[in-house]
Amino acid sequence: MTKDKAHISVQDLNVHIGGNHILKDINIDIPNKSVTSIIGPSGCGKTTLLKTFNRLHDTAADVKVTGKVLVDGEDIYDPNTEITHIRKKMGLLSQRPYPLPMSIYDNVAYGPRIHGIRKKQDLDIIVEKQLKATALWNEVKDRLNSSATRLSIGQQQRLCLARGLAVGPEIILGDESTSALDPVSTSIIEDLFVKLKQDYSIVLVTHILRQAARVSDYIIFVYNGRIVEYGKTEQVLRDPHEELTKEYVKGYIV
Amino acid sequence: MRRRNLEELFFKFLMVLATLIVGGSFFLIVGTIFYKGAPYMTFDMLTKIPGGGFYIGKEGGILNAIIGSMYVAGGATILGLIISIPVAIYINMYMDGQKFLANTLRMVFDVLFGIPSIVYGAFGFLIMVYFGLRASLLGGIIAVTLLVIPILVRTLDEVIRTVPLELRDAALSLGSTRWETAKVVLRAIRPGIITAILISFGRAIGDVAAVLFTAGFSDNIPTSLHEPAATLPLAIFFQLGSPIEEVQGRGYASALILTIVVLIITILSELLVKKFYKHKS
Repeated sequence: MTKDKAHISVQDLNVHIGGNHILKDINIDIPNKSVTSIIGPSGCGKTTLLKTFNRLHDTAADVKVTGKVLVDGEDIYDPNTEITHIRKKMGLLSQRPYPLPMSIYDNVAYGPRIHGIRKKQDLDIIVEKQLKATALWNEVKDRLNSSATRLSIGQQQRLCLARGLAVGPEIILGDESTSALDPVSTSIIEDLFVKLKQDYSIVLVTHILRQAARVSDYIIFVYNGRIVEYGKTEQVLRDPHEELTKEYVKGYIV
Repeated sequence: MRRRNLEELFFKFLMVLATLIVGGSFFLIVGTIFYKGAPYMTFDMLTKIPGGGFYIGKEGGILNAIIGSMYVAGGATILGLIISIPVAIYINMYMDGQKFLANTLRMVFDVLFGIPSIVYGAFGFLIMVYFGLRASLLGGIIAVTLLVIPILVRTLDEVIRTVPLELRDAALSLGSTRWETAKVVLRAIRPGIITAILISFGRAIGDVAAVLFTAGFSDNIPTSLHEPAATLPLAIFFQLGSPIEEVQGRGYASALILTIVVLIITILSELLVKKFYKHKS
């Protein structure tokens, strides 16, 4: 797929959770092979928007979603769409790392295994490749069989990224993925995002404007469940068209 | 100021007293059993079944009851676990849209938890009569299984609820089905499963009312599920009811054995839980 072609296309999306109208009339095209950041104040619906992309709301009670979310032209809310197939296409990196309760190796091999890869040689190749892709290989190659929970929190987050990549997704969703990390780990993860956008479309939720500025090509500003402004990073941060955006980004000094 | 200090002192005194009564009772109970039972605590008690005239003070031991209790408690815990794990998983991971039903089920299990064990014994007995079973190891296991299921379900339920939702989301995001996600959750709660097993085993081995009608009693070690089986609590009950001093003494020795078994289980569960949680984040 060529760069800048829409990868996720959201049409007339409305989300209600427990009677509250969380997302209102969302229409947006998220481009391929770029980093798009969703910014906005707490409780504005950023995370809800991100989670509608891989249907994680399905596990919560009383959530109503109307409208369409097209990924590669396929409506993921179509009742005929296989949910595991949708989720396989997207890797999620959550706020805090939640390694699976197993070894480092098995964490990365988990996804490929459930999707049918059984051969040890194949799994070895995937594990090594993804741990290298997330700059973790040199740190863990001698203890692949030790528990993933013994890694530092920054290493765990990179492991979770490797685990997500091992499934072979096309899109990476990051939900404030660096908020629990120290500055060094944060910068490693940010560098990875920039590097990974050559091969993946990346959508990040962040409340750190500087982070959005450092890593993203596009910014979506969400306020009170609506998209207020959407554009190139430079433009949204330096020359916002909307009053609300101006208010929100004025703390950001270049 | 003086009044407040007195008040502080008074309530502190009450708390220390209450703590001493509780702690003291424990030592008093264990001490009494030890004092009365230790003289009769012979190697034969642990390794022999009752010999001729055991109940009038002649030789033998209570190996039949020790083994019988292990069979009943072990069998009931295994059977209970096979039923309880799916229930706990289902309530927590498949009833997302049915919160009300899930909570109603939890309440039902809480009520079952509170039902006295004699009721389970009576119910088990009715089932046996219906199927034409006689008092047997199988009958005892079934009645005690009914007794431990609510304990197991509620313990596992609490443990599953300690697993962060984000871990489930992580597994789901990788394209896991619900069952595959449930397997990840089961891995995460392994220490909790061990705790549940030990709590259930401890409760099952000490219960007398559930096995009273259902397991029967026998001086022999059961060799099949259809033979009656002796259990430690019932053995203690019979021995203490004897007018003969030596048999009563053996009753205390049996109580000592049961207490030690339960103590070992408790300590073991503490140790195992600590060992497992060391690997948790």
